[in-house]
Amino acid sequence: MKAIIVGCGRVGSTLARMFAESGADVTIIDLTSDAFRRLGKKFRGSRIVGTGTDMSVLERAGIKETNVFVAVTDGDNRNLMATQIAKTVFDVPLVMTRVYDPARAEAYREMGIHTLCTTSIAANLMFDLAGGVPVEAMISELQKTRTGQKEAPTTVTEAQK
Amino acid sequence: MYCIIIGGGNVGYYLTKDLVAAGHEVLLLEKNRTRAAQLIEELGDSAIQGDGCEVRIMEEVGFGRADVIVAVTGEDEDNLVVCQMAKRKFASARTIARVNSPINEPLFAKLGIDTTVSSTRIIFNLIEQEIESDQVVPLAALSKGNLEIVQIELSKQSPIPGKAIADIAMPTGAHIIAVIRENIALLPSPEMRLLANDTVLALVAADREGELRGSFVGSY
Repeated sequence: MKAIIVGCGRVGSTLARMFAESGADVTIIDLTSDAFRRLGKKFRGSRIVGTGTDMSVLERAGIKETNVFVAVTDGDNRNLMATQIAKTVFDVPLVMTRVYDPARAEAYREMGIHTLCTTSIAANLMFDLAGGVPVEAMISELQKTRTGQKEAPTTVTEAQK
Repeated sequence: MYCIIIGGGNVGYYLTKDLVAAGHEVLLLEKNRTRAAQLIEELGDSAIQGDGCEVRIMEEVGFGRADVIVAVTGEDEDNLVVCQMAKRKFASARTIARVNSPINEPLFAKLGIDTTVSSTRIIFNLIEQEIESDQVVPLAALSKGNLEIVQIELSKQSPIPGKAIADIAMPTGAHIIAVIRENIALLPSPEMRLLANDTVLALVAADREGELRGSFVGSY
């Protein structure tokens, strides 16, 4: 599997390491090379300094051969534009993004983009916890660290072929 | 018409002023508080502080009844998302987006934006057209192609207009055979002065075409 991740913040760098450790071919893009420090020295994927909404940068990252495209910069609009380029211009099979604004997340989810809104997720789960809904087990499962384990995390290598 | 403009930079500011002067109802949205305060001071009720991508703001300022939404921020992704959200959430009548990177124009059209404006592309095209009008265009090759008839359109930037034909440093092996001025073909004479917008037809040895181009276009 080949994956492109736009944005090397906390989410982007963690996901890049998970993909790389499970044997995927990963390319990560960020505006500054400084951000790549989060990947650690062992990271074996490619790093590209550039804008994730620039088609020439995406082509350089190998988007034409990519199975999975993830946009996780800290800008909702940048993420939404990058994923739409990946989906409509380059026909990447699986395209997903993280968006903070619930309204934008809903609108683009309806347009067929996998959109995770961490704002809604956190707010909903906290509301459930406060209301005594038994969500603790699910939360701790979702939050397990999956990088740097002896066993490779759930493999993604054969997925999305 | 009710026009909502997103982005209070120079483009948004002057556009708001012009549209207000033309009698339209206009609202300019600017995200940055400092900039917005300046704009409100100058434009009064026609400007407001707010993020045009936020649905709450869109509802407040009446995206639903706007006739046209114009996104002119300096960021293509913001212009794209404002227009898409306007279409999707409010079925806004018409969306116009400024495109900073010309390569994004076809993308925006594909993603449902009604009209895109790229100042980069407009200026680029203007420059390209001026250069092209001084190009030497081959019209016909004679015999085995060692002689060609070529056409040169003289732009204002060319060093030639105002000169008499006898004073043009023509390469050997090149002759002006006709001058077309306002759709009339004229026979050249040594004292005839060439003008901007003239079309010059010349007979030239194929291997001298580059030199001929040098004579007419010069280096500017």
